[in-house]
Amino acid sequence: MAKKLMKGSEAIAEAAIRNGCRFFFGYPITPQTEIPEYFSERMFEEDVNGCFLQAESEVSAINMVYGAATTGVRAMTSSSSPGISLKQEGISSLCAAELPCVIVNVMRGGPGIGSIQAGQGDYYQAVKGGGHGDYHLIVFAPSSVQEAIDCMGKAFDLADKYRTPAMICADGIIAQMMEPVELPEIRDYKVDPAKKPWAATGYDCKNPVGQRADVTSLYVETEELDVLHERLQGTYKVIEANEVQYEAYNMEKAEIVVTAFGTVARIAKSVIDELEGQGIHVGMLRPITLWPFPYEAVHKAATQPGVKAVLDVEMNAGQMLDDVKIAINGAQKIEFLGHCGSHLPTVEEIKAKILAMKEGM
Amino acid sequence: MAVEYKATQLLTEKPRHYCPGCGHGIIHRLVAEAIEELDVHGDVVGISPVGCSVFANNYFNFDMVNALHGRAPAVGTGIKRAKPDSLVFTYQGDGDLASIGAAEVVHAAMRGEKISTVFVNNAIYGMTGGQMAPTTLVGQKTTTSPNGRDADWCGSPIRICEMLSTLEGTYYVERVALDSPGHINQAKKAIKKAFQYQMEGKGYCLVEVLSTCPTNWSMSPVESMDWLKENMIPYYPLGVFKDKGAE
Ligand SMILES: Cc1ncc(C[n+]2csc(CCOP(=O)(O)OP(=O)(O)O)c2C)c(N)n1
Ligand code: SF4
Ligand SMILES: [Mg+2]
Repeated sequence: MAKKLMKGSEAIAEAAIRNGCRFFFGYPITPQTEIPEYFSERMFEEDVNGCFLQAESEVSAINMVYGAATTGVRAMTSSSSPGISLKQEGISSLCAAELPCVIVNVMRGGPGIGSIQAGQGDYYQAVKGGGHGDYHLIVFAPSSVQEAIDCMGKAFDLADKYRTPAMICADGIIAQMMEPVELPEIRDYKVDPAKKPWAATGYDCKNPVGQRADVTSLYVETEELDVLHERLQGTYKVIEANEVQYEAYNMEKAEIVVTAFGTVARIAKSVIDELEGQGIHVGMLRPITLWPFPYEAVHKAATQPGVKAVLDVEMNAGQMLDDVKIAINGAQKIEFLGHCGSHLPTVEEIKAKILAMKEGM
Repeated sequence: MAVEYKATQLLTEKPRHYCPGCGHGIIHRLVAEAIEELDVHGDVVGISPVGCSVFANNYFNFDMVNALHGRAPAVGTGIKRAKPDSLVFTYQGDGDLASIGAAEVVHAAMRGEKISTVFVNNAIYGMTGGQMAPTTLVGQKTTTSPNGRDADWCGSPIRICEMLSTLEGTYYVERVALDSPGHINQAKKAIKKAFQYQMEGKGYCLVEVLSTCPTNWSMSPVESMDWLKENMIPYYPLGVFKDKGAE
């Protein structure tokens, strides 16, 4: 299939449609507004025939997704950091009600209203549970437009497979940049009541076939809540064992290993390429799924023979750094380079940091 | 003619947890009978709220979805957009609808969302033990207005029917009450009409039911019916506020 030049936000929306998503509910916020704008046209084209609805708030949007998801269809919302904060109660209840859906966060600089440029400060919120209770989202952090497209297919499939919401944590740069991409074929998603017996697909009490839908996140009795938790934690274990995704780059002769995700990993990659040309061997371990986090892969990379230090680079105060530390568990020296808000670490900074580390070895 | 009393199959046999004299049980029955009479029971999604009727999922014998506090109209929107031929209704208390969920109901109505709402106004937060609701009457004592609601301090109660009927998107809005058999019959007629309009593809319909909470009003069931009649109806007049189908 021929490659096509596409803007990140539009590619994200089109990829959702191609993967059978016909229901989008959202609210404008920079830098993701092009996603709802794209859907507002595309959903009504003949080959799609879906539903775009601008909600009155992010709170309503996530609850509309909740409603649509109860019927078994593929539904999604997108927003950016402050809007994602507003969705958290909804996200927590989607997890508790075991409803599949996809949430896109085009991260910007926080906290507060913050900035409208790219940010990575929502790592904790996405990975450690931004809402209340013990739950996880499957979280993807694409570092290119193509990868955002690929993650979208994975996100819908895994959400359905595990009955859980999945999140794509992109950032303002991924959403705004244009890259040549390849899109999957468009497909319809038909709700199969046999595969989703829990969905509200109609129940006739006078002539009962199948089960009556009883979708809820309410478990008032401790024993009932325990049963839910056992099931959820069991699911999370299976996801952790099977769905970790990462990229190991230039690891062969690496002396220093960079850990980074999303746009920052891209910048780090160009530094790695440049240094490799100068005979300085730096590798990279880039989580594609932030949850489940590639603990084993990071540990293995950090302790690979020849590796003398790890450098974690992020556009935040060191949020993923916690997971990198858990992964490495004291087995390797770890340094950190990062800025908060929308202050992007530059090629020069990363290069200088690596050279300084190399000097001290 | 002998009238046979039969329980509707649209309600399960699970024992209700509602207090004696609570209006929720009566309203459940009215909703179930209205749906049964319209003969659409095989394709219904009810949305229960957060409030005493959070357990309605256990009592209605058709597909049920529980929504977060106040969000039922948004959840109903998502469901109806995905299943446009189904009968979709929200069942909400006054704290749920008129306070935390005020935005959701206004915008569902504004959009003319083809769903129906059964709005149970008992002038109090029942489930959390009797706190002041936006619908609590001036002077009414609650656990968070122990000296009675003070209009200067926290405003006067909100009249949802009057407010929503100003929106273009609302098709039918009526307020009914549970204080007498005649009013209960009228309540059922109103609920049935709202559902009927929805099945005809008309816009947003809401039926407000003035109900009782004997437990948190600290009254007997009989006293609470009298209190409803004497205090709520004068402030919340019964009747049809809008009916585009009758115009
Ligand atoms: C986000 C959120 N805030 C607060 C609550 C606590 N809460 C549960 S029920 C309720 C009040 C419900 O009152 P109403 O809607 O009038 O229903 P009733 O019990 O009177 O039928 C509140 C405040 C909650 N569950 N969730
Ligand atoms: S507390 Fe009030 S509203 Fe709740 S069940 Fe009891 S009487 Fe009904
Ligand atoms: Mg109430």
